[in-house]
Amino acid sequence: MSATMIETLWRVLLLQDHNTRIVLAGSCVFGAAAGLVGTFLLLRKRSLMGDTLGHATLPGIAGAFLIAITIGANARSFLWLSIGAAVSGIAGMLTVLGIRKFSQIKDDAALAIVLSVFFGTGVALLSAIQQLPGGQAAGIEGFIYGNTASMTTQDAGFIFASSLFVVVACVAFFKEFSLLCFDEAFASTNGWPVRTLDLFLMSLIVLVTVIGLQSVGILLVVALLVIPPVAARFWSDNLCVVAFLATIIGADSAMVGVVVSAVLPKMPAGAIIVLVAASIFAFGLLFGARRGVIIQLLAERRAASRLRAEHMLRAVYECAENGSPLVELKAILNKRPWQKKEVLREIHRLANSELLTITPDGLKVQLTNLGQIDSRRLVRNHRLWELYLLNHADVAPGRVDRDADMIEHVLDPRLVDELEVLLAMESPRRFVPLDPEKRKS
Amino acid sequence: MSPLPLQIRSLNVAYHRKLVLWDADVGINPGKITAIAGPNGAGKSTLLKAALGLIPKSSGEVLFFGDTLKRNRNRVAYVPQRESVDWDFPVTARDVVAMGLYRRIGWCLPVRSRHRRLAEEALADVGLADFSRRQINQLSGGQQQRVFLARALAQKADLYLMDEPFASVDAATEQAILSVLNRLKEQGRTVVCVHHDLQTVSEYFDDAVLLNMRVVAQGSVSEVLTTENLRKTYGARLPLLDEAVTDLSVPNALKKF
Repeated sequence: MSATMIETLWRVLLLQDHNTRIVLAGSCVFGAAAGLVGTFLLLRKRSLMGDTLGHATLPGIAGAFLIAITIGANARSFLWLSIGAAVSGIAGMLTVLGIRKFSQIKDDAALAIVLSVFFGTGVALLSAIQQLPGGQAAGIEGFIYGNTASMTTQDAGFIFASSLFVVVACVAFFKEFSLLCFDEAFASTNGWPVRTLDLFLMSLIVLVTVIGLQSVGILLVVALLVIPPVAARFWSDNLCVVAFLATIIGADSAMVGVVVSAVLPKMPAGAIIVLVAASIFAFGLLFGARRGVIIQLLAERRAASRLRAEHMLRAVYECAENGSPLVELKAILNKRPWQKKEVLREIHRLANSELLTITPDGLKVQLTNLGQIDSRRLVRNHRLWELYLLNHADVAPGRVDRDADMIEHVLDPRLVDELEVLLAMESPRRFVPLDPEKRKS
Repeated sequence: MSPLPLQIRSLNVAYHRKLVLWDADVGINPGKITAIAGPNGAGKSTLLKAALGLIPKSSGEVLFFGDTLKRNRNRVAYVPQRESVDWDFPVTARDVVAMGLYRRIGWCLPVRSRHRRLAEEALADVGLADFSRRQINQLSGGQQQRVFLARALAQKADLYLMDEPFASVDAATEQAILSVLNRLKEQGRTVVCVHHDLQTVSEYFDDAVLLNMRVVAQGSVSEVLTTENLRKTYGARLPLLDEAVTDLSVPNALKKF
């Protein structure tokens, strides 16, 4: 890193320039708005709509540029180009909705068609612009990849105000939007103006897409709409928390992107923003508290080891039920198709938890008092479940949630009583003759 | 005489040029539990959805309490099919039930503690008092169905329209739904259920509408469930009807009749 770069970094971080301050504030609020409104876009399963929308703005930008040149107005005005972008973005969206309504083409195809046709038109118009004399087109490609360097104070102010509007609207209509995303049909029968709400939500998306042109660009704006909420979802099951986290992640990514591209002017801000958001996403994917890969792997392993322990306790209990409380290792081995090594390991583990004791010669085991209580509960629970499956086969599958642990937490007391009577009537020998695993074979 | 809770006149509904409901005339009696029964593809759910304006109707008139649905929104509650939503949505059972109160809460105002209390009461009514803070994707299918029912109960409507509430639910849920239905009836409210299981119609319901693209019969269960009516509803499809359905795309197809 050269000395000048470090100096620039300090200038940016300490917000010494008025311009940097404005651009940073604008981009941050924009990132926040994108993350927040993106949460609803994601929940409404319209993520690809965001992508199509972004691409569909290009012909509008190019068109607005051409018109401005023709009438001799300022062709670089961000506001003017934004209006062009919004118009063609909305046109793209309406085309998708039209295709969906009037033809039997599926959604994904409709989105892909609109995306490519609009973008293609835009590219054609752009190349026409580039052939204009005088090199007026310089900078317009900035909208494709995003270029914060060209952002003026005025642009940043416009971005700041619009983003703030989006954030306020999302907060104000949080309840309505979440209902729309969860159950549109219900919302409609309940008298909510579903179509208007939907249109409003989509207009907010259009607005975010348009104001994002300058910082992230056409191609990448969808990333800032979709990645923050997906990343946030790894951490919470609560919609408010997810939305809040998405807002923060969006704002952070935008901030880092702007800072980096201020220090390294050749780096397009859009790419940095997306990369930052993606790293936050990757971090969540691995370590997320709710849906992270690691936490789920741990939960699976925990469940597997609990299941092993339960099998072992049940096996010991069932062997002891038919004879002496001192159970031979051989009897346990015959209980189900498991390896001797596995059995030994499990027995030692259970002995460590003081659920059973092993005779000094290591050939026999006996349940401790604690183990007795635990295994009796397990066996009873297991048999009740078995009876339930046998007697209510038609309705049972939806209920069989072994993780719910105790049958009486899942079934109503009347049914559990009924099963208990059945359990008492039958001798244990009759309906636990074999383990279900063996019965299958 | 006061107007019926739900009166459907000559309702026609078409999907992609095919008529799925044909001149349906249905009157739902107040204070009764009515089943809409019929084979798969008979248009049972379509009847409810079209009546509620969820899908467009080709023609016909639907009156709720003698007036439009718009004027009677808060007297009508709808329980959609469980499969119609994504249960991975990041909300709790109580949040879903509170959605039934959103109308009362009003635009832009947050759900407050008294609404949460009301939602919890509704959950208790369907036997899910202990599950109010549970994430909805951690509920079993039957419990999810009951959450939907609780959401409708929270609306405190006079007419409940339920789309297959008994479809693939466990015994406990079946009991819970039945007791809710009977409680609603005792309070003088009206319930209409799309129901797929013919075996239980006479056990659970007072009235029935037999439907197979057109209304075959309606009235009290004992009158409706005759062998003749059932044969008409479930038996071999009427060839005439099948022909008409496939031929509607052909110009002047209806002139044949």
